[in-house]
Parts: sequence; C-alpha cells; structure tokens
Amino acid sequence: MTEVMVRKAEVKALEGDKAVTEAMRQINPDIVAAYPVTPQTEIVMEFSQFVAEGLVDTEFIPVESEFAAMSSCVGASCAGARAMSATCGPGLELMWENLWVASGLRCPIVMAVVNRSHAAPLNILTDQTDMMGSRDTGWVQIYAENHQEVYDNFIQAVRIAEHPDILLPIMSGHAGFVLGHTLGRVEVLPDEVVRNFVGEYKPLYSLLDIDHPKTFGAYDHWDYFFEHRRQVFEAINNALRVIPEIGQEYGKISGRYYGLVEPYRLDDADVVIMIIGSGAGACREAVDEMREKGTKAGMLKVRCFRPFPAEEVVKALKDKKAVAVMDRCACFGAEGSPLFTETCAAFFNRGLRMKLIDYFYGLGGRDTVPSEFCDIFRELSQIAETGEIKPPLVRYLAVRE
Amino acid sequence: MPIKLKEICNQEDKIASGHRACHGCPETIIVRQVLHTITAMGKPVIAACPTGCLEVCTSPYPQTAWRVPWIHNAFENASSTLAAAWSTYKHFVKLGKMEDRDIKFVIFGGDGATYDIGLQFISGVIERGQHILYVCLNNEAYMNTGIQRSGATPLGAWTTTTPVGKVLPGKTEHRKDIVGMFVANGIPYAAQAAPHAWRDLMTKVQKAVSIEGPSYIDVIAPCPRGWRFPMDQTIYMSRLAVDTCMWPLYEVENGKYRITTRPLEKKPVIEYLKAQGRFGHLLLPENKHIADELQRKVDQDWEELQRRAK
Ligand SMILES: Cc1ncc(C[n+]2csc(CCOP(=O)(O)OP(=O)(O)O)c2C)c(N)n1
Ligand code: SF4
Ligand SMILES: [Mg+2]
Repeated sequence: MTEVMVRKAEVKALEGDKAVTEAMRQINPDIVAAYPVTPQTEIVMEFSQFVAEGLVDTEFIPVESEFAAMSSCVGASCAGARAMSATCGPGLELMWENLWVASGLRCPIVMAVVNRSHAAPLNILTDQTDMMGSRDTGWVQIYAENHQEVYDNFIQAVRIAEHPDILLPIMSGHAGFVLGHTLGRVEVLPDEVVRNFVGEYKPLYSLLDIDHPKTFGAYDHWDYFFEHRRQVFEAINNALRVIPEIGQEYGKISGRYYGLVEPYRLDDADVVIMIIGSGAGACREAVDEMREKGTKAGMLKVRCFRPFPAEEVVKALKDKKAVAVMDRCACFGAEGSPLFTETCAAFFNRGLRMKLIDYFYGLGGRDTVPSEFCDIFRELSQIAETGEIKPPLVRYLAVRE
Repeated sequence: MPIKLKEICNQEDKIASGHRACHGCPETIIVRQVLHTITAMGKPVIAACPTGCLEVCTSPYPQTAWRVPWIHNAFENASSTLAAAWSTYKHFVKLGKMEDRDIKFVIFGGDGATYDIGLQFISGVIERGQHILYVCLNNEAYMNTGIQRSGATPLGAWTTTTPVGKVLPGKTEHRKDIVGMFVANGIPYAAQAAPHAWRDLMTKVQKAVSIEGPSYIDVIAPCPRGWRFPMDQTIYMSRLAVDTCMWPLYEVENGKYRITTRPLEKKPVIEYLKAQGRFGHLLLPENKHIADELQRKVDQDWEELQRRAK
C-alpha cells in the first residue's frame, strides 16, 4: 500500500512559498490569519486566491497586522479551530508577546516562517534571526533544507503540534528567497493522503462549548504559574519522542523519513560541519568535494532546534575529531551562537570535551558557497591534527572586518 | 421587546459574586447589566476581556467568576481574539459541524485597552465586519496599574501620570471622541451609556446584539478608587456625568445620531468636578480656566450632538 501511495505522488516544480500553500490547501485548515511581509507575501496572496476560488473551506481573516494575526490564531484555536499563519522577520517580532500566549494557552497553531533578518539596518533577505530570536517562546521549531522539506515539514507540523502529549504551537521555517522564491522539485502527495495523515483536529476544550463554559487565559499568581510553566517544559520535551515517530509515519506515506537531525556521510567522518536549514545544500557539496580529496568530511543537519535534540547531537558527534557549528543568526553578546552554546552544553552535561568552533554566517542573505565550507573543513582537519584551536573560538564567515 | 426587571431578578447571574473587584466597582455592575440583557433575550454569550481590572478581578486561577465561556489573551487584542472565535463559530456552522444557536460574542474592555493600545485591533474588526459587541468599561484611566492617564481621561484630571505639580495641573488634553471615530469607521451601531440609566443601557445592548455586524457601547464607569470618591457613590457619579452632559447618552445607528436620555436639567460641570478628588485642584482660582475650558467643551459638544441628532 505504501508503494502505491508513493507512486501516486505528483512531481511539481514549486517555489518554496508555494510548497507551503500547496500543503495548506491540502490540509484545508479552519482558520488562516496572516499579514503580508516580504518574503512571506507569496503565501498570503496564493492562499487568498485559493479561498477566492473556493479550493478550500478555510475562513481567511485578512488581519491588519501580524499581532492581530497571532491574536486571531489564539482566539480561533481556543474556539477549537485548526488555525494557521505565516510570517517572517519583522512580522514575527511584532507577534512576540502573543507567541507566549499561544504556547501558554496550549494552542497547536501551525505557522510557516520564511526566515528573514531583523532590522536595523533594514534587510529583507534571509537569515534565521527571526526564529532563533523566538526560540524560547514555547514553540516547537523545525527547519527545511530544500523545497521538498518545506512541503513535508509543514504537513508533519500539524501532527506534531496537535499531538496530545505536545499541544503546542509550531514554526516551520524555510529560507526566504533562497527557497521561498526559487523553483524546486516537490513530490506532492494526493490530497486525500494528506487529509488522512493530518486527520481532524479534536480540541480538548472549546470556547464555543456554551453548555460547558470554560475560562481561558485565567490570571495565575505565584501559587500556580510555575506549575503551568512546568507543564510546557514537559510538553515541548515530549516532542523529542514524537517528532521522529511522526517522521516515520510520514515516511510510510511518502517514502521520505524524518527525524530530529539528519546525518550526511557522517559515520566514518573525522571532521564535521553542523548546520540548520538551506545552507546544508552547499555544505553537502563541500562534503562530497572534500571526500574526493581524501578528507573524511561529514555533515550533521539539525532539523529540529526546539526542543533541542541534545542526545542525538551528542550521539552523532561524540567520536568526531573536530566540529564547526554554523549559525545563520545574529545573537549579540552571547558566548557563541545558539546552536553552538546548546551543543557545548549538551557535551559538557555528559562529561565530554569536544573540539568545537563556532561560525556566524550568511547574515542578511549573504550567500555561502561550497568553497567556503571546504575552507572550514580544511581548518577542522588542522584542528584534528594538532589538537589545537587557534582563537577566536567564535568567528564570522566571509565578512569585511 | 423591553426587558422586564422581574424577569431579570429570576435569572442566574452570569458573573458570580465573590470576585475581587473593589466595593462600589462600576465594572461588574455594568457586566451584570449587559449579561442579564442578553440572557433575558434567550441568547447564549461568549465573552472576552483584555488585561485590566475586570480580567484580574474575575479570573484568579483556580477560581473564575464567569459562568459563560470567557477568554483573556492580552491587553491589546481582545477584539481580534474574540472576533476570530466568532469567525470559527461561523465557519463551523457553515460546515454543519455546529448548530447555529445565535451565540452573542461580547468583549468587556477598559478604556486603556480600547482608546489606546487596542484601538488598531478594534478598527480592524469593525472594518472586517466581524460580529462582536464591544463594551468599553470607561473609568477614564488605567486603573489596574494604578490610575494612569488614557486617551479617555478628561482634561484637567489628576492621574498618576498626569499628576498635579508646581507647573502642571493634571491632564493637559481633552479626551478622544472614540464613538465618532468608530462611526467614521462605518460601524452599524455605537452608543454611549451609563450604569445608573440601566434601562437605557439594556435597550442599547439589545439593539447592539440584534444587528448584523460589529457594535460598540461606551459605558461610563465611575471608579471610586481612581476618581477619588466614596465607594457608595458610584451610581450617583454616573448620574452626575450624564446630568452635566460630561457623558451624554446617545446612540448612532447606521450613522444616524439619536439622544436617548436627556438630563432633566443640565447641571454645571463644576458640580461634577467638586464631587471627585481627581478634579480637586480645579477648584483653585489659578486653575479656574481649566474648569471653564471643560465647561466650554461640554457645551460645544452638547450643541454639536443635538445638531447631529436632529
Ligand atoms: C502590552 C502591555 N502593556 C502594558 C500592560 C500593563 N497594563 C495592564 S492593564 C493596564 C491598564 C488597563 O487599563 P484599562 O484598559 O483602562 O482597564 P481598567 O483596569 O481601568 O479597567 C496596563 C497599562 C500590559 N499588561 N500589557
Ligand atoms: S480600581 Fe476601580 S475599576 Fe478597578 S476594580 Fe476597583 S473600583 Fe473597579
Ligand atoms: Mg480604565
């Protein structure tokens, strides 16, 4: 049966943003509330067209701001709707206060984030500062490397968010322009396969249940607040178990299996680059090139950043001689990038010492090409050989100093 | 159909006693009036509050005063939040997933949430025609955070952010005409009401929830704490606001203004000022010009209202 379904998939050339809307069309959510912002705009426009054509049943709320978009999603979700949104960069910043409300009220909202930098200086191009900046808001966060993953992740996101052991909102990220506005090959599953996979959302409680009135969003004092927070800690960590389960189930209908992290030529690798999102494409090429030249290079792609898959990261990297951690976000004044500091903590907490270096890269849409990854691999080989890391530990790739 | 007092007396209160509002709090009085009206109409209610006195007083977990489904999201966005719940309801009814029970969606928001931080969200809901009734509990300041000025605070009033000092005599600006703004926004029904005129208020609520589309009722909410008057004078202060024309009672139906209750005899504003500690400094000779300006503005607005209501 699996075979048949896989074969029935239709191959399309889709822009990354349209891979999202295609998935949204198939999921047919109850409520979509979103506001245009480059480079997410395609999603709102395309989805509005679906609504106008009657291709979905969705009630589209054309809000006047991103804050209203997230507020609407919270209201709709508490009313029992499967609610969705899409945004990026400044839009995500504007939602900030309500991101916490969405997770605190346990609303399984699904949101596409077309990763964009934060101003100032104004810049509309991609980096992951938007999602990284909201990494601790109680939202599950997964990132796509390519067009196919944009589509696949968005569909799985529904199941992850609505899983009874999680019930938290989720951001599904992909790079603006680089994926969002370029064409890529996407195997699109048949509508009914997707609809069966996501099923129907059955909320535990609904604001619309007038016969069993409930109070949503009550005020907590010191006597209960911490317990409610503790439940969110618990719920998001459950995603470490649930995400791979759903990734396996998704594999059965698509032939593509997903986990928390994804290794590339990692088993016998000595030197490794760790990376999130679309940059993994160029890094992959660099791995192949270095392998041809005799360097045992490998890559660890992190698909899920929240919750942080510490166990998987340590398992994948603990025998490696040197690792470069790449993070495409601005995070000022910290010991290193978010991915770096979390990775360091994961090793430290298990009593392990590693040769790790940190690279901030690609901010504001700056391209990173395979040759630059090759340079990093060469540097890692040197570290592996000498056992010495020349300072600084935290670097900035290809930037005029 | 007018609602009978006898009927209301036999109804269950949809907001329970035992909440933590101050003695003499106008907000819970108004909420009861609104909920009793809709209940007497035989309609179910789903309510929402932005952050503010009422929200904090009625929902200290694990207790709740609300006998109707109720939601609080944040300070700015009760309108978008509840409007989306209404959109969900409409959607479920359309899909046949829910029976249409003519549920009324009502927001109770403070003046800070309404005139200031939440204004954009309300205007969005009005423009999109989402079907909610927004009731502003207008105590003319941010009471929950300790009596700070809002866009609804009248000229000259003392608040903790418009304090009276050697160079400043309280608030230096007039309040916003928010009903006028919403009317310009194309709202099908908007009104000003007051808790002492309960029959007038209830009629307005009945109208507001009976029309298709968004509606707005701004209710003066004399707050003993913030206005500095004894807690047994809430209703008296409400009457005085109307009798001095500081708070005229009127409605605007599809752009048409109508004065619903006129003061028997229009009293001078100074009587209102004398009754409240927040205006105490306006009685000093050096601040007489502010009291005069308030009277001038009240007269002008009253004239204008009468002209519009012709
Ligand atoms: C974004 C945000 N800013 C500020 C506050 C602080 N705050 C909470 S309630 C409130 C004032 C509420 O005033 P109003 O809306 O008039 O309601 P009232 O308490 O007077 O009934 C303020 C300033 C907040 N909760 N959220
Ligand atoms: S401060 Fe005023 S509005 Fe707030 S609870 Fe007390 S009386 Fe009511
Ligand atoms: Mg107030």
